[in-house]
Amino acid sequence: MLTNPWPYRRQRSGYAGSPNPLKPTRRTSRVNGHTIMDENIPRVVPRQSATFDAYTMSEIRRAASTGIYDIRGGGAKRPLPHFDDLLFLGASISRYPLEGYRERCGTDVTLGARHASKPLELKIPITIAGMSFGSLSGQAKEALGRGANAAGTSTTTGDGGMTAEEREHSRLLVYQYLPSRYGMNPDDLRKADAIEVVVGQGAKPGGGGMLMGQKINDRVASMRSLPKGIDQRSACRHPDWTGPDDLEIKILELREITNWEKPIYIKVGGARPYYDTALAVKAGADVIVVDGMQGGTAATQNVFIEHVGLPTLACIGPAVQALQDLDMHRKVQLIVSGGIRNGADVAKAMALGADAVSIGTAALIAMGDNDPHYENEYNKLGTTAGAYDAWHLGHDPAGITTQEPELAERLNPETAGRRLSNYLQVMTLEAQTIARACGKNHLHNLEPEDLCALTVEAAAMAGVPLAGTSWVPGRTPL
Amino acid sequence: MCGIVGLYLKNEALYPELGALFKPMLVEMTSRGPDSAGVAIYRNPVGEGQIKFSLAHASSDYDWATLADALSTALSCNTDITRKDTHAILVTDGKEQAVQAWLANNTADVRVVGRGNSVEIFKETGLPEEVYARFDLESAQGRHMIGHTRMATESAVTTAGSHPFATGADLCLVHNGSLSNHNRLREELKRKGVRFDTENDSEVAAAYLTHKLQQGISLKDALEQALDDLDGFYTFCIGTGDGFAVLRDPIACKHAVLAETDDWVAMATEYRAIATLPGAENARIWEPRPATVYAWGAETLEGLSINDAQPMTAGAA
Amino acid sequence: MNLLDLKTDGLRKINSTLQNAVPDSAGAEWLIMNPMGQHAIACGLNAELSVTVDGNAGFYCAGMNQQADVTIKGHAGVGVAENMMSGRVRVTGNASQSAGATGHGGLLIIEGDASSRCGISMKGIDIVVGGSVGHMSGFMAQVGHMVICGDAGDALGDSIYEAILYVAGEVESLGADCIEKPMTAEHEKTLAELLARAGMEKDVKSFRRYGSARKLYNFDVDHAGEY
Repeated sequence: MLTNPWPYRRQRSGYAGSPNPLKPTRRTSRVNGHTIMDENIPRVVPRQSATFDAYTMSEIRRAASTGIYDIRGGGAKRPLPHFDDLLFLGASISRYPLEGYRERCGTDVTLGARHASKPLELKIPITIAGMSFGSLSGQAKEALGRGANAAGTSTTTGDGGMTAEEREHSRLLVYQYLPSRYGMNPDDLRKADAIEVVVGQGAKPGGGGMLMGQKINDRVASMRSLPKGIDQRSACRHPDWTGPDDLEIKILELREITNWEKPIYIKVGGARPYYDTALAVKAGADVIVVDGMQGGTAATQNVFIEHVGLPTLACIGPAVQALQDLDMHRKVQLIVSGGIRNGADVAKAMALGADAVSIGTAALIAMGDNDPHYENEYNKLGTTAGAYDAWHLGHDPAGITTQEPELAERLNPETAGRRLSNYLQVMTLEAQTIARACGKNHLHNLEPEDLCALTVEAAAMAGVPLAGTSWVPGRTPL
Repeated sequence: MCGIVGLYLKNEALYPELGALFKPMLVEMTSRGPDSAGVAIYRNPVGEGQIKFSLAHASSDYDWATLADALSTALSCNTDITRKDTHAILVTDGKEQAVQAWLANNTADVRVVGRGNSVEIFKETGLPEEVYARFDLESAQGRHMIGHTRMATESAVTTAGSHPFATGADLCLVHNGSLSNHNRLREELKRKGVRFDTENDSEVAAAYLTHKLQQGISLKDALEQALDDLDGFYTFCIGTGDGFAVLRDPIACKHAVLAETDDWVAMATEYRAIATLPGAENARIWEPRPATVYAWGAETLEGLSINDAQPMTAGAA
Repeated sequence: MNLLDLKTDGLRKINSTLQNAVPDSAGAEWLIMNPMGQHAIACGLNAELSVTVDGNAGFYCAGMNQQADVTIKGHAGVGVAENMMSGRVRVTGNASQSAGATGHGGLLIIEGDASSRCGISMKGIDIVVGGSVGHMSGFMAQVGHMVICGDAGDALGDSIYEAILYVAGEVESLGADCIEKPMTAEHEKTLAELLARAGMEKDVKSFRRYGSARKLYNFDVDHAGEY
């Protein structure tokens, strides 16, 4: 209990009193001409600002030092309402579960039967999302192909064209048609099993591809028709069409070139999923891919990833609604991506109406990305396992997001492919476990009514009631 | 997203075929605009002191006759009304403001979709070919016509959301593209007393032009100001009493093509709409330059201005 | 000469026939009548055929062409010869925007004018335009040559990589990182060859050369204004 309630009243400097806590004195000393406080005086706990937190301050310093925006890979890292905020209700007295093994729970899905003569038949409703050769090593692309093949699903090329390895190892390969058109050619178009017209992706809806000079080696440069070692600048719009009405004509051309055999997907980043889905259907899509902001990218501005887009959870309902309004649900398939991590996420996305999901980041992690095994090397790069996202610089110790031969060699495509197929297997089994518990004999019989939400935000975004209530915020009165 | 088309007949001998010539142009644009269609046809100019209104109702059974009688009585004016499916053409010598006010106060669900000396506007949801048939347009005669097929982007597929949007006497607008600052513009115009029926971006463009014209700014100047004030991607075709005008935004990604022969001038989003016209193979064909106002038939375009004493609501669209 | 009629045969049949045609003595020459501005005519060809489109074509005519020699006797819509890999496409009239977009090889000849974005993102195609080109032509042009006998619109060669542009007329303005460069004897030789292949007569001395200043190749904060 201080007798002097104002211990910081100014006093002459240099005064020396007794260090009696009941009679606190203001002993000061001068260092370099500045008056400093006595160590015996209790201080407030140093408080970091929530607004100017450590990360923000470091970013300001970095910007001040370099004069360029921060570029990184991956998807939105900030906490967002996501599938973890939803729960399945499971069986009870009114609903009965299925036994494992004998009582089948189907997982197959057919993609693209609307117009294509050769739709894709997948064993599992989980596909591998588009990631470019260039951003990933050749070994990584091969591993993705091997893993997807073993699991009975498809992989997707990225912004750089189709590699022979991927085509050889992936039984089902979706070929991306992007604004850049790097490596685009009709031979590969005809070798593909499906074509994905990329309007955008969740990490950067409205942005184009980005690859820094470090990763443009001879092979990448040759595939992209770029000089080696330069920074690739990106086009964000397609060069010869703008808008769904003109996209319709472009799709006609692609079908004419490929004899109307291949399903045409349209991929959008989450922005206005209701309208985008409706327009994609009107433009003639067989499949729509909607990618939320947790979806990863090889490289783009951090500000784009964190501040433009929609959480994946918020994209699904509107997209499904648009399909239903056009009487196209299940006729035009919906693939959802952006932060799909486990069988629960798969089941929840499908319960909300998706026909399938797509994984990118998760596939890389399964193959060894950000593995603690390389912690020393991450430290040398100035980061730590789990946080490593400077993929654009191409020094990945795991050999995945790099073009450096010594690093890329660390990734054994067979082993990594096996890891991927194991992971896909687990996700499928998990989803089946959940579906059986909800009494479903096929994953696509999961419905929104099988779900409840833990938070108001998740309830509103997903359109399912808050747990224990019948309240869907924004749709039903309290 | 949409298809837009316009046709102006230079050769009077072709006037009786206007509707027949225009039909395949509109229908060819179906694939890029399957949701709804609309046209503005300029024909049968009314006499001195008269105005023509294009009215629309949800039902094709609406009792227009009774409405016309009531209006005559209330304003002591002559009225002549002709039903065209869900629309009606009203010719009257009543004062424009008074008629508009009477309609607003005495009818529910009757929309004024156009007004002027010769314009008639018809628009409905449905395939362009069906819409065309509903309004008997194949046999229509006249000098010029503009039309629109709609693929709704960010607003609902409704009749009210269909183009053309009327912007003033004998003026209307059709739009292909997508504006990006229409929401703020709408709020600004609302504050200035303009009324809106839809969330449609094209309606905002039409209202913007109306508002400029009401301030005494010429159509040409208003269109040039639009280049600064409207953001986004657009090709506009504006119908006027004398002909039509075309404007593309400065980035000019949304395609537009113009064609001219001795007999006609045509514009369309895609050439294949023009290919159906007689003599198209030998027409002069070119693309409008970005950010440039083009106009035909409207020698008076420069001097054309609307100077209403009182603000007109955009609900006139 | 083999005749195809778009009005009676329809697009799918015409493209399918051409995509499966064998360029022997009987199957080498084709004439497509009544194009009526329709889209995707003669796209995806992959043999040394000689195809003539008798009239005005719509979008993406001869898209992704390989090996074939396609002549459009009239005007061509958006994206003529887009993504061409090899062969030759000739337009006797004018071409709409994005002509030769992202082309990887072959020769595109436009006798009249081309519209905006001619040669956008070109990756090895050669384009020769007898008339003028519109704005944003040569945008992000990576590899290849574009010869413009007339004028060029705004922002020529914006963000250009290693493609080379030759212009005889006026350039309204240059795009980011695009500058005029000296014409050497080597360039004059290349230009002469391109004009000859296009069947156009013009004095190479009347052309100027444009290409990349290469300031955007690796980020430098002092050039941030160019972005």
